[in-house]
Amino acid sequence: MATAAAAAAGVVGHGHPPTTTGLEHRKIAIWAFIGSECMLFTSLISTYLAYKGRSVTGPFPHEVCNPPQCATTMQPILDIPVTSVSTFVLLMSSLAMVMGLAAVQNKDKPGWAGTGWWARIQESSRIWIMMTAILGATFLGFQAYEFTSFVHEGLTIRKNLFGSSFFTLTGFHGAHVTVGVLWLLTLYAIDVRRGLGPKDALLVDIAALYWHFVDVVWIAIFTLVYLIK
Amino acid sequence: MATAATAPAHVHSGYHEPTGVWSWLTTVDHKRIGALYLYTALAWFAVGGLEAVMIRIQLQGPNGRFISADTYNQLFTMHGTTMVFLVIMPMSAAFFNLLIPLQIGARDVAFPRLNAFSYWVYLFGSLFMNASWLIGAAPDGGWFGYTPLTTYQYSSGLNIDFWLLGLQILGVSSLAAAFNFITTIINMRAPGMNLMRMPVFTWMAFVVQFLLVLAFPVITIALVFLQFDRFFGTQFYQAAAGADPLLWQHLFWIFGHPEVYILILPAFGLVSEVLPTFSRKPLFGYAVMVYSAILIAFLGFGVWAHHMFAVGMGPVADTLFALTTMLIGIPTGVKIFNWIFTMWGGDIRFTTPMKFAIALVGLFTIGGISGVMHASPPADLQQTDTYFIVAHFHYVLFGGSMMGLWAGVYYYYPKLTGKMMSEKLGSWHFWLTFIAMNLTFMPMHWSGLLGMPRRTWVYDAGQGLEIWNLVSSLGAYLQAVAVILGFWNMWRSRKAGAVAGANPWGAGTLEWSTPSPPPEYNYAVIPTVTSRYPMWDGGMQATESSPKSAKELGIPMPNPTIKPLFVALFMTLMLASMLLMHKGMPTAAVAGIITFAVLMTLSLYSWLLTPLEDEH
Repeated sequence: MATAAAAAAGVVGHGHPPTTTGLEHRKIAIWAFIGSECMLFTSLISTYLAYKGRSVTGPFPHEVCNPPQCATTMQPILDIPVTSVSTFVLLMSSLAMVMGLAAVQNKDKPGWAGTGWWARIQESSRIWIMMTAILGATFLGFQAYEFTSFVHEGLTIRKNLFGSSFFTLTGFHGAHVTVGVLWLLTLYAIDVRRGLGPKDALLVDIAALYWHFVDVVWIAIFTLVYLIK
Repeated sequence: MATAATAPAHVHSGYHEPTGVWSWLTTVDHKRIGALYLYTALAWFAVGGLEAVMIRIQLQGPNGRFISADTYNQLFTMHGTTMVFLVIMPMSAAFFNLLIPLQIGARDVAFPRLNAFSYWVYLFGSLFMNASWLIGAAPDGGWFGYTPLTTYQYSSGLNIDFWLLGLQILGVSSLAAAFNFITTIINMRAPGMNLMRMPVFTWMAFVVQFLLVLAFPVITIALVFLQFDRFFGTQFYQAAAGADPLLWQHLFWIFGHPEVYILILPAFGLVSEVLPTFSRKPLFGYAVMVYSAILIAFLGFGVWAHHMFAVGMGPVADTLFALTTMLIGIPTGVKIFNWIFTMWGGDIRFTTPMKFAIALVGLFTIGGISGVMHASPPADLQQTDTYFIVAHFHYVLFGGSMMGLWAGVYYYYPKLTGKMMSEKLGSWHFWLTFIAMNLTFMPMHWSGLLGMPRRTWVYDAGQGLEIWNLVSSLGAYLQAVAVILGFWNMWRSRKAGAVAGANPWGAGTLEWSTPSPPPEYNYAVIPTVTSRYPMWDGGMQATESSPKSAKELGIPMPNPTIKPLFVALFMTLMLASMLLMHKGMPTAAVAGIITFAVLMTLSLYSWLLTPLEDEH
């Protein structure tokens, strides 16, 4: 054990003593952070579900709203096909993230992915990190489109309980994706400037954990808000 | 005692701390940050105490005319908010900072700059919230901020905005600190310091960090809803739009009840250090102590609706929450017995920290028993919103948390400063506090059972309430005297106190092996721990002085930095800018938010892109 060896040597200065678990501090902190974020989204999702069907006026997510409840007949507002596409985009971004982390972790082993053009792409961390960011940004584009069209159809954050809880929940998620995209772009900039290698794997690893978490939250939101009527 | 005898006055601990304001603004040393937390929290303790004294002046006799009803609302709201968020939590954080690295044999916390950030956020958040007094619009919706009273229709002033934005800011501080301490405790323990050898204070702190991590996001969201309702016209708390009138109460108390344990467990941890030392016996039932804290934390998330028996949740919910509430009394009671058995047959020394610790055991028990009384819904319906409840939670928060924290102050002051506090003044401080505390809060049981409602600025004569209120008020004035004595003791002991030496109390845990005050690196050699009380069974020897600096020893230490302060400042200003929206200046508000958000992000990047320490 590294810990025991260090103890035997009597760690006097010269670098830090090894960590208790052998894991880096930031890895543990990001998990604690994710635990906290779980409670944040649980509160948002629970409120959305508790308020489901309680709006006194339309538009509604899955049902038609007829007069007199609504001034004019309003169609169900959620567009499941379009959101399925954006969900797919976000899921693919997680795949790209996995590829990006693998590329960084293996950078000191040229040719680890084999030969050929595909292997060269696999070995490029820049491509994958940028692709993750682009897919995330695409998801945000879909969300911007969705929000705009909802507003045009008469659903605002002030309109009814559904509007309030829907926009707040998905808006919070969108804000998390935005932070993730900025984080990835920062990593990309570092990669371009000095190149990310196995020594920096932790930097990419914690970003990836955050990114996957945000993805998983979206799967919960997509299921509970969009798919279940 | 091993004070001046082992550490002659001319032997300084050897390490010369940097001095000056700049060194405090840029410090990343956990002990100095702990000191900042402690002194800031004590300053707010004086403010919160002053608010309480004003409340008591108003209530001293029937139909008081000292302050208006409006001022009274602001006073009781800010008294509660201040004592919970600006005093007890940060005083606990002061001890987390001071003690956790020392107790586990580490040189600092896992993220020293994040630690500084937590403190600055706390400072700026507390200043922001109290700035409301300057414009005469202090929060006035109660520390629990129930809707719909706090929605814009019913409270359109800036009062509630200050409150909710202030709490959002303070939440960031607590969460950042919690991630930091969780990582520190999991990952920075010295060799041999396995979990079941950790000092009990560190264990209690560990449990509290999980409560913070899981409870604070819930109030964050509750406050976001309120913020959006007030600023953007959402309908989360608008019953007319179909909203659940109880949504706020549920979210608030899902946070609020774990918060109760966030407030008390650190004090439990402190007395679990003090009682063994002054009984010269290891803590009785160490493992059970740890497990009962974990059980309390777990059950603490399942009892929140006992704050809501009066709203009519129905017999099933009432019964369920009554049962879980009575259940949580069991692990709490176990702790009380463990402390008593720790003292049983011990070689007891009645020092000031010991007196405060024993007071906690007794007074918390009184508060705990009245708590079990209103765990029963029929009893609670009689007691809710009366002074009986006020009596109950002051026995657990003042008789419990504050007594434990004072025990901690007296016990650890020598470690923090290298000087002993005066035992004579300490004894006066303790007895005055103890007597005044009971004078103030014991009569509230009677005024409460007579039906005196909480949060009401006057009461009529002839209902039998006069005598109880008069006694309560006199007790409160006496408490003010006691607090001044305590502060005076802390102040004068910095210079006049006897030199403490490494282990003045003859304590058993690891932190007492370091010099007092410890050098910035705490341990020149990372210790190897072989037992729970290494100072008692010969596993560790006290180090009286460390003449060498970190540099001479080749120990890498984090560089001081001002950046966390800037990030905290810009974050506070960003949220504070929202106030302009309710002053008819939405453009200025948006401009402020964007400006400070950009400045905050730039400071954050500058912080994150600067290495923590020099290359080594």
